[in-house]
Order: sequence, then C-alpha cells, then structure tokens
Amino acid sequence: MAVNMETRDYSLTGPRNKQAQELGIASAEWYASPIPRQRMKELMKRKDGPAIRDTIIWFAILGILGYLAYLSWGTWWAIPAFAAYGAVYALPGNSRWHEASHGTMFKTGWMNEVIYQIASFMNLFPATPWRWSHVRHHTDTYIVGRDPEIHAPRPPVWRVLLGELFHVYGGIADLRRIFLHAFGKMDKEEMDYIPASEFKKCYWEARVWILIFIAVIAACIYAGSILPAMFVVLPTFYGFWAVMLIAWTQHLGLNDDVLDHRLNTRTVYMNPVIRFLYCNMNYHIEHHMFPMVPYHALPALHEEMKADCPKPSPSVYAALKEIFAALRKQRKDPTYTIVRPLPSTARPYRYGPAPYGTVIQQDELIVKKAE
Amino acid sequence: MATWIETVEIDEIDTEDVVRFDHGDETYALYRNAKGDCFATAGHCTHEKVHLADGLVMGNIIECPKHNGRIDFTTGEAKRAPICEAIKTYPVKIEGGKLFIQID
Ligand code: FES
Repeated sequence: MAVNMETRDYSLTGPRNKQAQELGIASAEWYASPIPRQRMKELMKRKDGPAIRDTIIWFAILGILGYLAYLSWGTWWAIPAFAAYGAVYALPGNSRWHEASHGTMFKTGWMNEVIYQIASFMNLFPATPWRWSHVRHHTDTYIVGRDPEIHAPRPPVWRVLLGELFHVYGGIADLRRIFLHAFGKMDKEEMDYIPASEFKKCYWEARVWILIFIAVIAACIYAGSILPAMFVVLPTFYGFWAVMLIAWTQHLGLNDDVLDHRLNTRTVYMNPVIRFLYCNMNYHIEHHMFPMVPYHALPALHEEMKADCPKPSPSVYAALKEIFAALRKQRKDPTYTIVRPLPSTARPYRYGPAPYGTVIQQDELIVKKAE
Repeated sequence: MATWIETVEIDEIDTEDVVRFDHGDETYALYRNAKGDCFATAGHCTHEKVHLADGLVMGNIIECPKHNGRIDFTTGEAKRAPICEAIKTYPVKIEGGKLFIQID
C-alpha cells in the first residue's frame, strides 16, 4: 500500500484552518462519557483547601531546593541542585498555570488569578494570550490548523521536539511575542484565537514582564553573576525537560482531527509525587472531557469513567516508550497511530467526519488507515 | 403581547442547579439559586454553542462546562473569560408549582 507522505500545514494561518471549519470538525460537538448529573455535580465542586495546602507545600519545597542550590553554587553539586530546583520550578509552574487557567484550582476567584499570574510568569507563558490559546486547545483538541498547542506535527521534527526539552523553540517564540506585544503588536497566529478586545491587556502584561526582565538583568549585573537569573527566568528553560517528559504523554502518537478525547488523549498512571507536581493531569482524557472537574477530583472522575475509556498507560516510561516508537514510525508513515481498543463496557469511538490516523472498526476489530 | 411558556415543575430543578429546556427550535437554561429563586437564560453559552445546563451553579453564577467561562444568570452579565458577551435572560413566574418563562 502506498503511504501518504503529504505534509500537512499545522499553522493556524494556513489552509487547514478553513478546511477544518468546512469539514465540521472546528468548534464541533465532542463525545462525552455518560455520568449521572448528581455525581457530576459532586465531582465539579470547588474547594480552596487542597490547593492552599498544595501551594504551600510546593513553595516550601522550592524554597528548600533553592537554598540548597544557592549553597552549591560554584561547586559540581550545583548541577544536580539546579536540575532539581528547575524541575520543581517548571513542572508545578506549568500544571498550576494550567489548572488556574481553568479557574478550577481554588474555589476563590482571586486566588486562581494570583496563582495564574505567578505561574504564567514562571512558565514565561504570556498570561492572556495563553489563556486564549488554551481555550482553543480545548475547543479543537488536536484539530490540525486550529489547535495552537499541538506538541509535534506528523511526521515529527526531532530537532524541534527534543529542543523543547530546554524550551528552545517554544520559549524563544514566547519571548519574541512578549517583545512584539510590548510594542503594541500582535502575532498573526494569535489573532486567530485572541479576541481584539483582549489585545490591550496582552500589551500591558508584556510591558510589566519586560520590566521584571530588566530587574533580573540588573540584579545579575549588580551581583556580577548569573545566579539571580538561575532562580527566576532561566529555570523555565533548564527545568523544562520535566514539563516535556510528562506533557508529551498527553496526546502524542494518537489520532488527529477526531471528535472524541478517548482517541486523541492519553491517561497515564503516575506515582503520587509526580501527580502532586503535575496536579493530577495524568488523568488527561478525564480532564479534556470534563474540564469543570478540579484537579483534586480527577482520580474519582477516573473511577467513574474508566469503563468507557481505553486502558490507561501503566507508567510514564511505558507511555514514552510507546510514543517514541510511534513517532519513529510516523517519520515513514505520517498516518501511523497507536491503536487502543476499548473495553466491552465502553461506547464506540466517535471519529467524526474527518479522522486522521488509524481507525478501528469496533465490531470486527478491523484496523484501517484514514485518508 | 407577552408569550409565557410552561417549562418544568420547579421541583425538577434542585436548588443551586440548572436544567435544560427545549421549546421549538430554541433551547433555554432554567436555574434555581441557593435561596430557591428561579431564573432563565438562553440555553447556549455566548462563547460557543455549548449547553449551559451541563455547567455548575455557584451562587448566582453559572460556569460553562466547556471553557469554564462564567455568567451571572440573574442579569445575563459575562463574568469570566472566555465569555465576553452577555446572555439573554427571560422573565419567569411560578404558577401551580410550574415555572413559566416569558419568551417575547
Ligand atoms: S463555550 Fe462556554 S465558555 Fe466556551
């Protein structure tokens, strides 16, 4: 069989955006597992307690690791010390940014907003633009030409994928946009998902961030060392490996252009330490299907809907192994997709009108490649 | 001339909850707040075409199930992004234990 090696345009300004709209897969209705309303109401309940506790623990660990890293500066111990500090800065920074962007972290609105602003800066994710980018990611998850948060195109580009371990591409792109916004300009792609009424906010946020950058640079000059930047700004880059190793498990190797999160999203069992750092986002199918459920209730949501979902990956290692094997295959056949049969208790997958990747025909367990 | 339409028995709406009500081609969201007062809005979120009745009621706020945008359902005012546009609200009355909404 001839393999379709056509390279698809993943940009939001290219032809795929309009095609997705014409195909009816943009802003479409997605599959949702059946959960009784009463139970759903319990799961959606907001609380302040778990997030206050977890935020205090996170900052306490960060403070301790930061102090050890400070003491180790100038010795070889600085390498593991800053690797640990960077990981605990970047991964929880990313997951708190994410949870607070949904407004589900705390019950109290202003607490969400404070953590959202702090965590956005820790990620160097411009706060307002990324809020809107993530809204689009939830509307059109892995719909090519619509979703600005696709981790790798098909076929994948190793240089970009591996460069993201140190946030080389995404980080530089965000810094470029911060400067653009500070001068009152908006990137063309961003205009596709940020409403014009929010532009001013983006510009002012960027100007404040630039003042913070100037303060950090001034502190480095004053100290005659990059040490101050090692605690703020640079950890976003040197600690990003921890974010990517976990975030790659969310969607990679699965279908594009489908209308069922069970087909394009992965739930992975992770140990309690990673789940704490990652705000339980390992329950990723659950989160995408029901973004109203706060992170502390995701394990319970998982129990409610696991009979309707493919089997979770047993560990981060297993998920990454499966993903990199799939990505290698996608280099030769971009349509290659990991197949995850559903349990007999589940409702059939909803592929929608234009799935890309492998399609399972449930009754006969026939696997075919979608055009 | 105002048109009142009969919707549901008010007991069908829990306090601090919302239900969906379809009439003709239109869809509505019917709410009760913690005090038991009833309200009605258009059924779809003003951000995207998503039923607000799958969302979460907190006080006088409905949080949309898709992107967690918020609306004050007593006034229709948008309260949290990505909802930027107000939603249409409808007058309500209760008669014989039933909730009526005025659609015109
Ligand atoms: S559809 Fe309601 S907030 Fe987006």
